[in-house]
Amino acid sequence: MSERPAYTEYHPRWLRRQPSTYWWLERRAYLSFITRELSSIFIAWFVVYLLLLVRAVSRGDSSYQAFLAWSRHPVVLVLNVVTLLFVVFHAVTWFKLAPKAMVVHLRGKQLPAALISASNYGAWVAATALVLWLLLGG
Amino acid sequence: MARRSLEPVLWLLFSAGGVASALFVPILVLLFGLAFPLGWLSPPSYEHLYGVLRHPLTRLVLFAVCTLSLIHGAHRFRFTLYDGLQIKHLNELINLFCYGGAIVLSIWAGYLLWRLS
Amino acid sequence: MGDKITLQVTRYRPEEESSATVQEYEVPCPKDWVVLDGLNYIKDRLDGSLTYRWSCRMGICGSCGMTVNGEPKLTCETFLSEYGHGPVKVEPLRNFPVIRDLVVEIGDFMRKLVSVKPWIIRNKEKLLSDGEYLQTPDELDEYKQFGMCINCMLCYSACPIYGLEPGFIGPAAIALAQRYNLDSRDEGSAERLEVLSEHDGIWGCTFVGECTEVCPKHVDPAGAIQRYKLTAALDNLKSFVIPKSAR
Repeated sequence: MSERPAYTEYHPRWLRRQPSTYWWLERRAYLSFITRELSSIFIAWFVVYLLLLVRAVSRGDSSYQAFLAWSRHPVVLVLNVVTLLFVVFHAVTWFKLAPKAMVVHLRGKQLPAALISASNYGAWVAATALVLWLLLGG
Repeated sequence: MARRSLEPVLWLLFSAGGVASALFVPILVLLFGLAFPLGWLSPPSYEHLYGVLRHPLTRLVLFAVCTLSLIHGAHRFRFTLYDGLQIKHLNELINLFCYGGAIVLSIWAGYLLWRLS
Repeated sequence: MGDKITLQVTRYRPEEESSATVQEYEVPCPKDWVVLDGLNYIKDRLDGSLTYRWSCRMGICGSCGMTVNGEPKLTCETFLSEYGHGPVKVEPLRNFPVIRDLVVEIGDFMRKLVSVKPWIIRNKEKLLSDGEYLQTPDELDEYKQFGMCINCMLCYSACPIYGLEPGFIGPAAIALAQRYNLDSRDEGSAERLEVLSEHDGIWGCTFVGECTEVCPKHVDPAGAIQRYKLTAALDNLKSFVIPKSAR
């Protein structure tokens, strides 16, 4: 059967339904998916924010203090609260799904997905602890 | 392979960026976005932060996290534009905007981190 | 839950109309009836012109996939009692062109399935006298899940990427390719890579994950695809570093 059939009496016109622009609103799972994908914008924003911090630090103490003051501005605060929500959503969904791609074999048997998940979460805890220690401890 | 496509490489970078951003960004947002501005924790002193930042290992890791996270975000956003807004026919413009943006910001990151020394 | 339930069934009669309409039927709903029983009641007693596919009525042939109240389902496995008082909306499977009423055109999937070569590929076949190919239970476990696919296409219906881009090769085709790639008897991974690594292949997938959610046989095509992305991407890297002749 060809891709573009000629419509005849014995080959009636097929009904082709186009997805709507708002297909992602039709199911909860799709909405959840698009939310996860939109976290990409907030990741990018926060990298810019971090780089602004680095730039402020490289310019000296007064610049750093000015940055901290700017970070207290209500608009920036609200933006960062939203960013935190999206970024945590990204991290949680990432660690839930990553084991699907990483199938590790030991002595011919697959390691249980729960083990891969646990090691991912473990790495998250370790990375968080490292950052906390670097910035607040030492 | 029939066609030397960039897709596999982009996906690997996207994945690496996904891991890097998932591991490091949440705590950084919590600290520098909320805890320090709102006074829940006192921010590190200038001397301390500068000391931590200018360490070559910190700069290297921070550069990697920034660059990979930017590529991750760019890749994901590109597909969001394709599928969410159904504007795949503008794919050249979208690719330029997304990956181009990531590259430009990565160069800026490299410059800033290099300048710290 | 009364003794009758309303089914709102999509009708499309191309010789009469250019768009779909909805027709309502009241059918009995005993406790053990499924949507397919309702459709068969309509065809037998109420309206013989209703057109739909079904066969085994026990969830193994994959023929009776339809969209029930917005969800892709096998109508032989979906109980009417799940829907309380109703009404139950029965539409043709989404993301496929409709030929008539509830029957969709599945040629696209069939072509894509063949394109991934879902059969054992050997560089050199064993002689019959050498005996059968042996496989341990662990080797069977590697691919068994992906072999449970009944080609019902509910996953294609749930996949928004397939709806937006008909060129996308789709969940079941990739899962079935993996079923053979991961089979210890198979030597055809490289051949399948050609088809799967094209732009319309696995790279269109953004891991929405709905395909796995709706699969009636728990195949987990989303997992198969992500795993294959890693394999294909690492293979791609290797091909840059190690020339083909040395591999």
